Order: sequence, then C-alpha cells, then structure tokens
Amino acid sequence: MPDQPVRDALTESLAHQVLGRLADVQGPYFGDFGGRFVPEALIAALDELETEYRKALGDPAFTGELARLHREYTGRPSPLTEVPRFAEHCGGAEAGHRVFLKREDLNHTGSHKINNVLGQALLVKRMGKTRVIAETGAGQHGVATATAAALLDLECVVYMGEEDTQRQALNVARMRLLGAEVVPVTIGARTLKDAINEALRDWVANVETTHYLLGTVTGPHPFPEMVREFHRIIGEEAREQILERAGRLPDAVAACVGGGSNALGIFNAFLDDDAVVLYGFEAGGEGVDSGRHAARFSGGAPGVLHGARSYLLQDDDGQTLPSHSVSAGLDYPSVGPAHSWLHDLGRAAYEPVTDDEAMEAFRLLCRTEGIIPAIESAHALAGALRLGRRATQEGRTGQVFLVNLSGRGDKDVATAGRWFGLLDDAGTHDAGQDAGHATEGDR
Amino acid sequence: MSGTTGTAAPADMAAPATGSRTGDRIEALRAEGRAALIGYLPIGFPDVERSVEAVLAMVDAGVDVVELGMPYTDPVMDGPVIQRAAEAALAGGVRARDVLRFAEAVAEHTGGRVPALVMSYWNLVLRYGVDPFARDLAAAGGAGVITPDLIPDEGADWIAASDAHGLDRVFLVAPSSTTERLRLTAAASRGFVYAASTMGVTGAREQVGERAEQLVADTRAAGAERVCVGLGVSTGDQAAEVGRYADGVIVGSALVRTLLDDDTPWAARLDALQARTADLADGVRRARPGAASRGTRS
Ligand SMILES: Cc1ncc(COP(=O)(O)O)c(C=O)c1O
Repeated sequence: MPDQPVRDALTESLAHQVLGRLADVQGPYFGDFGGRFVPEALIAALDELETEYRKALGDPAFTGELARLHREYTGRPSPLTEVPRFAEHCGGAEAGHRVFLKREDLNHTGSHKINNVLGQALLVKRMGKTRVIAETGAGQHGVATATAAALLDLECVVYMGEEDTQRQALNVARMRLLGAEVVPVTIGARTLKDAINEALRDWVANVETTHYLLGTVTGPHPFPEMVREFHRIIGEEAREQILERAGRLPDAVAACVGGGSNALGIFNAFLDDDAVVLYGFEAGGEGVDSGRHAARFSGGAPGVLHGARSYLLQDDDGQTLPSHSVSAGLDYPSVGPAHSWLHDLGRAAYEPVTDDEAMEAFRLLCRTEGIIPAIESAHALAGALRLGRRATQEGRTGQVFLVNLSGRGDKDVATAGRWFGLLDDAGTHDAGQDAGHATEGDR
Repeated sequence: MSGTTGTAAPADMAAPATGSRTGDRIEALRAEGRAALIGYLPIGFPDVERSVEAVLAMVDAGVDVVELGMPYTDPVMDGPVIQRAAEAALAGGVRARDVLRFAEAVAEHTGGRVPALVMSYWNLVLRYGVDPFARDLAAAGGAGVITPDLIPDEGADWIAASDAHGLDRVFLVAPSSTTERLRLTAAASRGFVYAASTMGVTGAREQVGERAEQLVADTRAAGAERVCVGLGVSTGDQAAEVGRYADGVIVGSALVRTLLDDDTPWAARLDALQARTADLADGVRRARPGAASRGTRS
C-alpha cells in the first residue's frame, strides 16, 4: 500500500473538522463500527461499567492509584530504545533511517497487557465485584490478569482454547502458579475466539459478582474505548520520549494488530498529528492468498462478532472463518472497531506480514540488538523493515520510525526453537511436536 | 403421538387480529385457556433432509409455534447441547439460505396455522442483507425473527425491514433488564417478548429460574402484550409451571437432546422427539386448570 494519497489527507482534515480530536472519540461507535451486539442480559453490566469507568477516570483517587501501581509495580515509564544495528537492515545503512522501540516488553509480566489489566482490576474493586474472568490466546493477557487478581485478591478464571493450552503450556503453568483457574475450551475451533465465547457465557451467568476483564480493544461498548484509555499511556510516553531523543515527531509509527490494543495505545497520541503516518501490521500467516491468515483488512469484510461491528474474517453466510498465525496473540478473526474506523478514514494503514517475514525480523532483532521480542511484536518489526525499504526506494532518507515492542519473547522460545531448528541437537527431533513437549525437552 | 392439528381452528377465527402472525396464534390459544408451546430445533442437524423431518414431526406432536435455529459458529447464548448440534449442522454443510426451505415446509405442512420464527445470531442476517432477508423470509411464509444478540438500540435496520415485510421481531429481556429497558424492548417487539428465565445460556435445568415469573409480570407492566419464557424448560411439569403465568413456553435444548445420539437409529430419535414434545404439549394444557375458554387476563 502506498503512503497516504492526497485524497486521504482531505478525508482526514474533513474528519478533524467533523469529529474534533480523533484521540478522544468516545463509543459506542467509531464511525460505522463498534456498538453493542450482545444479549440483553449483559446490557445492565455494560452500562454500570461505562458509568464507573467514566467516573473513575475523573477521580484522582483512582488515577493516582493506577499511576502509583504503574510506577512501582509495572515499571513505567517503559524505556525508548534506539536500535541502530537493527536499523541498518531497514532500507540500507546509507539511507540513515533511525528505529526506536517502545519497550512494553520490559513491563512486569512481559507485555503491554498489564496496562489495561491493572486499570480494569482497580475498577473491579470499585464496583465491588469479587471475581474476574478473562480469555487468553498466547497466555499473555491471562498471565497479566492472574497477576492483577493475585495482587488485588480477586478470584480469577481464565478461558483458553484447548489448542492454545497445549501450544502455550508454560503460560498455563504461570497462571496456575499465580492462583488462577485455567479452563481449556474444547468446543469450536478451540482457540481464542472460542475462549471468548466461553467467557461471554460465563459472564452472562455470573454477571452480578463477576467482571469480564477483556484483553483488547474489541467487544461491546465500553470495552473498545475503555481499553484504549488504559493503553494511551504507551503513546503519550513514547511521544514525549521521541521528541526528546530524535528532536522531532516520527515519520511513521508501526505496531502489530491482533485485537488492536497495543497499536491503538501507541497510535492514539499521534492520531491528531497529520504528518505522522500510522501503520498496523496484521498476521498474514501463510499469505493472504493461502486463506491461512488473520488479515482482516485484506481478507475480511465488515460484520459482527463478540459484540462489535468491525472488519471480520467470514464466509458468504456470515459464519466466522478460522484465522491462522504463528503468533497466538494475533490469531483472531476480528479486530477492534476503532481500527476499522481509522482504516476507513484512511488515518491508519493496515498491511499483512507473513509468518516467515515475522520470524526473520524476530531473529534479526535477537542477533543485532540482544532483544528477544514476542512473535506478535516481530510483525511490527517486519513492518518497520518494509517501511524502511519502501522509503529508501522512494528516495526518502533519514526517516524516524517508532515501533511498539509490545512484548518479550520468552513465551515464544519453544516456537522459535522449532521454527529455526534449534532444538534438534538437544534431543528434540520431531519438528511437529507441541510446545509443551518441546519446552520439557529444553529444560 | 397425539396431534393437535385442527383443534385450534375455531379459536383462531375468534382471536383478535394483533397485526402479528405469532401474536394471533398466541391470542387464539389464550382464548382456549392455555399458553403456547414454542419448540426450537436447529436447521440442518443432523442434515437438511432429516432436520426438515424432525421439525415437521415436532409440529405434529404438538408445538404451536416453531423456532428455526440458524446454526452459527459463535453461539454465545447457547449451552453445550445446542452448540454441539450447530457445530454438526455446519460441518454437514447447512447454509443460511436453507432456512427459507424450512419456513416453507412448515407453512405448507400446517396450512399456515403454525407460525415459524427464525432464531438467528445477527451477523448471519447482516451478511445476507437485512432487508433481503426479511423479504425472502416473508415470501417463504416465515413469521419473523428472534434475535438473541441484537438489542432494539442496534436494530434500526431490522425494525424498518420487519415493518416493510410484515414480520414479527422478537427481542429478549433478562432478569437484569431495567424498567427502562423493559419498556424499550416491549415497545420495539412484535409478536411477543422473549423473557430469559435466568441469567445464563440455553440448556435444560433442574428448575426454571425463580425470577421468571416476576420478569413476566414486570415486562407486562412495561407494556408487553405477550411474554413467553425460555431457557431451562425441559419437562411437561416445568411447562405446566411456566404456562401458568407466561403466554408461551419456549423449549430448545430438551428437544435437541433427543436427536443428538448418533448411535440411536433415526426413527427412534424422532419417536423420542415426539414423546418429549407431547409431554411438553400436555404440560401447557394442564397449566391453568379451569381457565375460561375466553381470554381472562385484563
Ligand atoms: C506481546 C503481544 N503483542 C500483541 C498482542 C496482540 O494484542 P493487541 O492487538 O490487542 O495488542 C498480544 C496478545 O496476546 C501480545 O501478547
């Protein structure tokens, strides 16, 4: 996809006039997307949540406590790291592009997920609920939720597709160590979307005592807006840091997009800076043409899933299509409604990155900078490499790229080990072996 | 199996016109002094041919209104029984448009006496096109649509399309619904309002939620003319209990369950379906002993 053409710039300035600041748009709708397509039984709880969260954000007791936790527990602000050796591969050393990583991987629990989880968990306390449930794919959101539940003394149940409990056995153990109950979901495709179905069913039945601690900017209103609010700190810190370090705004911001929380979190601070181009990188899996991917914008169409209208992988009947990605965290057939809105406005561009491209970028960051990224985040790194090449080809030099490094790769070592054939001489010969076994062989 | 075909005809003619096919049917039964039995089956389970047979067998055994479930990949309002049937139906290749055949079959089989409502998660209707779906369903003789994940607030297109094509629109209320939402939902619905007996998903339960009776009363007070209760009803006794206070008793999982076991011959499964239906039909008939044969609720 080319850089924003003039037509999009016009749409954009029109959008500013009509909408005011893009960064502050409130739900239930983001343009044509979002809403509340859920059973009536949940509406009262969603209304309560919306009221409480709006009140909380205006209450210094709440925002102060969250800020304290982020400082003393999460480890915020997360650093901004320039990665010059990696940048040499980004459109060629002569082009002089600079790459900065926003280090959400250094947060407690290893990803950006904790930002949202602590915010919602504090809200749960305010609402007087005692139990939280969550869905998880890779396990990062489940681990973050189990962590906050331990910290704040909440009962915690995490739903996880059976297939993912096997792929991510280590994170299952982490959640159980933290005191959470992990429920493998054995119906449907047995992955993230089915875990969300099961969490929604639990929520309908237990909504009086239970909060559904949704892990990304999807779902019914107010989740997409509220989860953005809890992640906007990523972009706010990064904007300040890069102004200080590079002396100017970045030319482009890159993030991976599963549900879209880390991307929206970093985009948000730049939405109203028209000169900053925003790129979301989706899981292209084995290639969009293969049908095995999670590229909702290249391979999907607007539809409703899990409470919101957004771009969706679906068949001609509206049945949800299975998604595929080497990274469990991007393996989801829909996407947050705010991204669909930004896509249709032309304010952000979304491109697929294949498994192969992501794994190459994964290895490159390990080798050039000594940082093992989450495979999810490696999609953003691969995207940055592409942006650098494209800039060089188009004669633009000295570009500044800001990449959200949403998580660290500890959880992915077994997958990467198999991918690159690193486990062979450790006695693990079967490349098809699942993560649990490979991890055991590794120990 | 005892059929009830024909017995309702005189009452039908005496019933007030409600502007709704399902509404007329329920009013006719009210005049007979009983609640309607509304039976749910997913289309395409175990395959399209046999599932048409099952729906008609259920009608012959005594349901008053048919609910045709559209199998969907992500049925968040359904428990394990209906999930399994839906999954099998999808694996068997059922298509969304097949539901039109079922609506036609029910209309033909009963001479239009038994209304057929479609129960569909919203994305299937969206994808078909809201107005085209309403148009085609009406043309096939369908009576309307039950929408478990569409609230009236999001339903402007559907309200317009169902008005344009004369279809019933059945929205849900739940024990958690506020008075304001009960009013909104009652005003937006046509045919009846679906009261979820409990906070939860479909599936047989030991007891029908004790909040159901209060919810029916509250929904009527909020302006609903007809309120039917679903979720958790599986036996004739439960149907009798719910039929005492509700205008209709909705049964799903308990019927679907009779068809699930692959190892049982199909004919025996149909027998079990009819036996279960007859038990439920008997339940709604003994719910209000001594009820007048005129409508009594004021
Ligand atoms: C490290 C990391 N990055 C990204 C994601 C994708 O989620 P989102 O798109 O909401 O940021 C996940 C989800 O599990 C993750 O663990």
